Amino acid sequence: MVCSVSICAGEIFELKAELNSDKKEKKKEAVKKVIASMTVGKDVSALFPDVVNCMQTDNLELKKLVYLYLMNYAKSQPDMAIMAVNTFVKDCEDANPLIRALAVRTMGCIRVDKITEYLCEPLRKCLKDEDPYVRKTAAVCVAKLHDINAQLVEDQGFLDTLKDLISDSNPMVVANAVAALSEIAESHPNSNLLDLNPQSINKLLTALNECTEWGQIFILDCLANYTPRDDRESQSICERVTPRLSHANSAVVLSAVKVLMKFMEMLPKDLDYYGTLLKKLAPPLVTLLSAEPELQYVALRNINLIVQKRPEILKHEMKVFFVKYNDPIYVKLEKLDIMIRLASQANIAQVLAELKEYATEVDVDFVRKAVRAIGRCAIKVEQSAERCVSTLLDLIQTKVNYVVQEAIVVIKDIFRKYPNKYESVIATLCENLDSLDEPEARAAMIWIVGEYAERIDNADELLESFLEGFHDESTQVQLQLLTAIVKLFLKKPTETQELVQQVLSLATQDSDNPDLRDRGYIYWRLLSTDPVAAKEVVLAEKPLISEETDLIEPTLLEELICHIGTLASVYHKPPSAFVEGSRGVMHKRLPARTGSGESTESPDVGTAAGGSAPEAAPSIIPSQGDLLGDLLNLDMAPPTTTGPPPPNTGMQMGGMDLLGGGLDSLVGISHSMGAGFGAAPAVMPASLNAPVGGGLGDLFDLGGGVGMPMGAYIPPKTVWLPAMKAKGLEISGTFARRAGVIQMELILTNKAMSVMTDFAIQFNRNSFGLAPAGPLQVLTPLGPNQTIEVSLPLSTVGPVMKMDPLNNLQVAVKNNIDVFYFSCQYPISMLFVEDGKMERQVFLATWKDIPNDNESQFQIKDCHLNSDAASSKLQGSNIFTIAKRTVEGQDMLYMSIKLSNGIWVLAELRVQAGNPNYTISLKCRAPEVSQCVFQCYEAVLKN
Amino acid sequence: MIGGLFIYNHKGEVLISRVYRDDIGRNAVDAFRVNVIHARQQVRSPVTNIARTSFFHVKRSNIWLAAVTKQNVNAAMVFEFLYKMCDVMTAYFGKISEENIKNNFVLIYELLDEILDFGYPQNSETGALKTFITQTGIKSQSKEEQSQITSQVTGQIGWRREGIKYRRNELFLDVLESVNLLMSPQGQVLSAHVSGRVVMKSYLSGMPECKFGMNDKIVIDKQGKGGATEEAAGKSDLGGSGGGGGKQSIAIDDCTFHQCVRLSKFDAERSISFIPPDGECELMRYRTTKDIILPFRVIPLVREVGRTKLEVKVVIKSNFKPSLLAQKIEVRIPTPLNTSGVQVICMKGKAKYKASENAIVWKIKRMAGMKESQISAEIELLPTNDKKKWARPPISMNFEVPFAPSGLKVRYLKVFEPKLNYSDHDVIKWVRYIGRSGIYETRC
Repeated sequence: MVCSVSICAGEIFELKAELNSDKKEKKKEAVKKVIASMTVGKDVSALFPDVVNCMQTDNLELKKLVYLYLMNYAKSQPDMAIMAVNTFVKDCEDANPLIRALAVRTMGCIRVDKITEYLCEPLRKCLKDEDPYVRKTAAVCVAKLHDINAQLVEDQGFLDTLKDLISDSNPMVVANAVAALSEIAESHPNSNLLDLNPQSINKLLTALNECTEWGQIFILDCLANYTPRDDRESQSICERVTPRLSHANSAVVLSAVKVLMKFMEMLPKDLDYYGTLLKKLAPPLVTLLSAEPELQYVALRNINLIVQKRPEILKHEMKVFFVKYNDPIYVKLEKLDIMIRLASQANIAQVLAELKEYATEVDVDFVRKAVRAIGRCAIKVEQSAERCVSTLLDLIQTKVNYVVQEAIVVIKDIFRKYPNKYESVIATLCENLDSLDEPEARAAMIWIVGEYAERIDNADELLESFLEGFHDESTQVQLQLLTAIVKLFLKKPTETQELVQQVLSLATQDSDNPDLRDRGYIYWRLLSTDPVAAKEVVLAEKPLISEETDLIEPTLLEELICHIGTLASVYHKPPSAFVEGSRGVMHKRLPARTGSGESTESPDVGTAAGGSAPEAAPSIIPSQGDLLGDLLNLDMAPPTTTGPPPPNTGMQMGGMDLLGGGLDSLVGISHSMGAGFGAAPAVMPASLNAPVGGGLGDLFDLGGGVGMPMGAYIPPKTVWLPAMKAKGLEISGTFARRAGVIQMELILTNKAMSVMTDFAIQFNRNSFGLAPAGPLQVLTPLGPNQTIEVSLPLSTVGPVMKMDPLNNLQVAVKNNIDVFYFSCQYPISMLFVEDGKMERQVFLATWKDIPNDNESQFQIKDCHLNSDAASSKLQGSNIFTIAKRTVEGQDMLYMSIKLSNGIWVLAELRVQAGNPNYTISLKCRAPEVSQCVFQCYEAVLKN
Repeated sequence: MIGGLFIYNHKGEVLISRVYRDDIGRNAVDAFRVNVIHARQQVRSPVTNIARTSFFHVKRSNIWLAAVTKQNVNAAMVFEFLYKMCDVMTAYFGKISEENIKNNFVLIYELLDEILDFGYPQNSETGALKTFITQTGIKSQSKEEQSQITSQVTGQIGWRREGIKYRRNELFLDVLESVNLLMSPQGQVLSAHVSGRVVMKSYLSGMPECKFGMNDKIVIDKQGKGGATEEAAGKSDLGGSGGGGGKQSIAIDDCTFHQCVRLSKFDAERSISFIPPDGECELMRYRTTKDIILPFRVIPLVREVGRTKLEVKVVIKSNFKPSLLAQKIEVRIPTPLNTSGVQVICMKGKAKYKASENAIVWKIKRMAGMKESQISAEIELLPTNDKKKWARPPISMNFEVPFAPSGLKVRYLKVFEPKLNYSDHDVIKWVRYIGRSGIYETRC
């Protein structure tokens, strides 16, 4: 405790006298006074020796006070703290178990290095104490000591003693040992510290029935980290955990839900038990809503995740999420969020009636969210669209400023979803033009005016009125206004020529915003070169918007499900986003489904857990700021509700905003755009230069190969982006892994006439979370016919989305001219990490553990290496040979590979002397990687 | 785990500060004060993240309790712990107030040392804690006593100590229900549910093994009609039957139990067996939605007479046995914002227009079952230009009735104490049913 208030010398003197008094009572009162001063922040450290002298007493209360003092001041007075050691050591041998426990508990809290040395012996004794109270305290003390000096704990063998305590006869000792081990294991992600196996799981489940509510939480949280061997084990654990759902303690219930949600993944869906379990989950989740508001909030944040993962659980429970008048605002907002998720045709009438009520409440955020929710309902349930629109119109009539603005934003989305249906309301919207003062609402209104310019007689006047204050508008509005006026011009060219020129010059000449300028120039050129193409681009049919926009990304959702009940599930962020250091960085995943019932489906399960990812993602509205989207004027914020913060994963997202995520759905369009621009005179006939570029690439490739003779396999560079498609910019490249760092090696060639600058690069979400670890280092402008070689270090902590093929990478490169998109495939071998060598035993166990269905076999033809040469060659690419066996002239090599995201791949390579065809069997928990891994084998061996 | 625990007064001054982990510094204390306590606006979340430190808080009157951490802790557990902490403090020194906390700071530190070790919650049952954390100072304990304490604190029955003795073995069961309703003007039930609690106050000697039985549909159906002779507790019809009458069993949607109840046994056999803590505990919470006895029916009639006048007539009907009496009845009839005057006539009780609450409040002290009463009012309105129609908020009601609207009945509560010489018959048992209104609204 930092002390700020001084205490006068007289007082200190007086206290000193009292502390040294012979009378016990007086002594105790004096220590109490000292503690009181300490609590309010007065510095009483001067009394250290006197207080410590009071330590040797058989009065437990006095002793506790002295200990409290010690915990506060020992750190500032380490030398004097040593004085206390003797008493501690003595107390650890006291006949009274309460005193023994107190001593070992307090000693662990004194974080002075010199004391920890003395702590070891007493701790060792206490861990084996006959009294369970002392043992349970000592178990936690090991975690304390580990926090101060991890090495010491390992050297002293405390970890083994702690492991033994898991088999203790007393349930509370077991629970505390589990808690301590779990914490220690978190800081050693790779150690097999907890060593969960069916026997130890059984012990934990037994203790679960007997220990305190807190102990049950520790045990359940620990159980959630276990991966059962098969569906049968999974079911039996579930059966033993379900009774916890009736516990009065909400945390016990939520932790039990976590275990069940996780282990359910492994149960075949046609199993009766699976259905029973689903049914059993709903009532306790509903009951959580009758807890205190703070807990309700935690529960609702978790239910939000559960509803996204398994909507069937709560689909009939809509009513319980209706907002109560007295709910705190944070509960109201969360309930509203879940209501929208559960809205369906069956319950939409009720939901709408509720939402309408909410829209008249007082809290501005809540009202806004309710209005948005009405719009979401319209988009989600087609049958209700009409009613929603009329409700929104009613709300607009209230003329409450923020209600009107919010309604206009959502009506824009309704127009997008149901084109040519509700445009009759435009007139009403136009009446409210003047009251709009928020950029989002203004932008939405301008979009509507531009989009339906042909139906609005005075569209030009309306837009012109916005133009007056063009420079004071936010970027969002400016961009929208530019697009809307261009649209207007394309629709009514005769009357609006002046207007369009005005806006183009405002955007290109008077603006500092590069995005706005770029877009202005593009329109300008388009309009001046080929108005037909301009029409095709600007008035292109817009992709439909999907129902769900604010879904959490599937892989993140999966991880969050593994964190049910914890802070991560409250923040909807992975622990790495808010926890410092090594703790919690390990990504948790749901187990894959195994077992007999559904073996044929099993390969998909790794991502089937990630559910609808591949299908759903492209149809999601591109996130804000997508440049290409901008051109199609899709750039308004997606109609997400204001509720949960977007799954922002810290730094990884930082760069992502530049080009946005909705890349894939738009790549197709970019081609046609490129073609449209092909006619522009600025672009050189690129085909002439192409061969030169290719040759250069080959040369560099050689260089790369020579530089690392024994290193990892690096595929030759290929042309990823031909100059034809990118206005003269040609990109070729390859991937390499050098000293543990993944690098993207690029050759940029400028085949255009003009100088290229301002290069930037960005990746779309991909299977392994590849992302640039830094900016693209092209510092000098790239002159015509110049070539530059860049190496871009990559990280694997980016956002993840399953791609097809798995190793597909979609890249956007931006320069001063435009944004270009291309996709390439990387060899998966660059993701093989250096510590991918498995222990023999672990390998054996894992091999057995992975079900046979996950095994795939391939042939490698025409390979003329002997097994040793192959082995050493593969080693260069981090494919490690663990064992070799020779059976009947056939060499069997057992190998292990670890991918950067922690997936292990085990391989068995069979090499027969004289036969150039190798057979390879791959086993992996995520079998979809097998194909890519096989390709790597082939590439590495034949190179 | 929890890195530290602070208690503040309403001004944001620290009353108690206990730090368990090194990663929590003194600045955390100030961060919470500045960002949450001194923040002007309403609390937008009970969990706040300030500079990568997470703060969980609960408020009791004007005292703030905040738990602080830098790790990915079990959030539900932290809140449960904070509530538990409040319970423990209340059990020791009564109301949580600044004065009480200041007067008992030594005790609070002692408690915090015991119930939270390195941020891990430990046994926090008051029954156990009171055996060795006392305000009067520890008397010298004998060796047996010491080991008894430790075995109890760590044992399977951590909520009860051995050697409790009463001259009179007595137990009280309170079935407390809150009935919630939303009804359409036409009398259609839009939603209704009961959330109930069974609170047990026991003064029993030794370590009594108890078994609780109620008219749970699943159990009754399993036993068949013949098994119903088992009815052991004769006091179960102490006003137990409501107006609906004749209902044999009820379907319980979900229930949760105090930690003393053996959950695996409930899961397997649906029997509720336990060794209760001494004194009061909330044995069980439950929720039902089917076949609820609605104690009152509200029939509203609103007529708009021109633009400046409203006529309102509301009839309430009590729907339970005539021998029972409902109490503390209050009907709240909302009035438009532009009301200028109200004339009320009611047959029973007192009615008043409360302009500040925009409502007519009609209070009736007592009302027997199967009766009805009515109120009529004329509301005069000021003419306004406001196009917006009056939203007509629902009419809400408060009451208390001496039966359980869910129909739950206590069938028995058997007590066995194998070591002491008292039997189930010697225990004096009391059962009481109280049904209160939760959110009981009728749209008009």
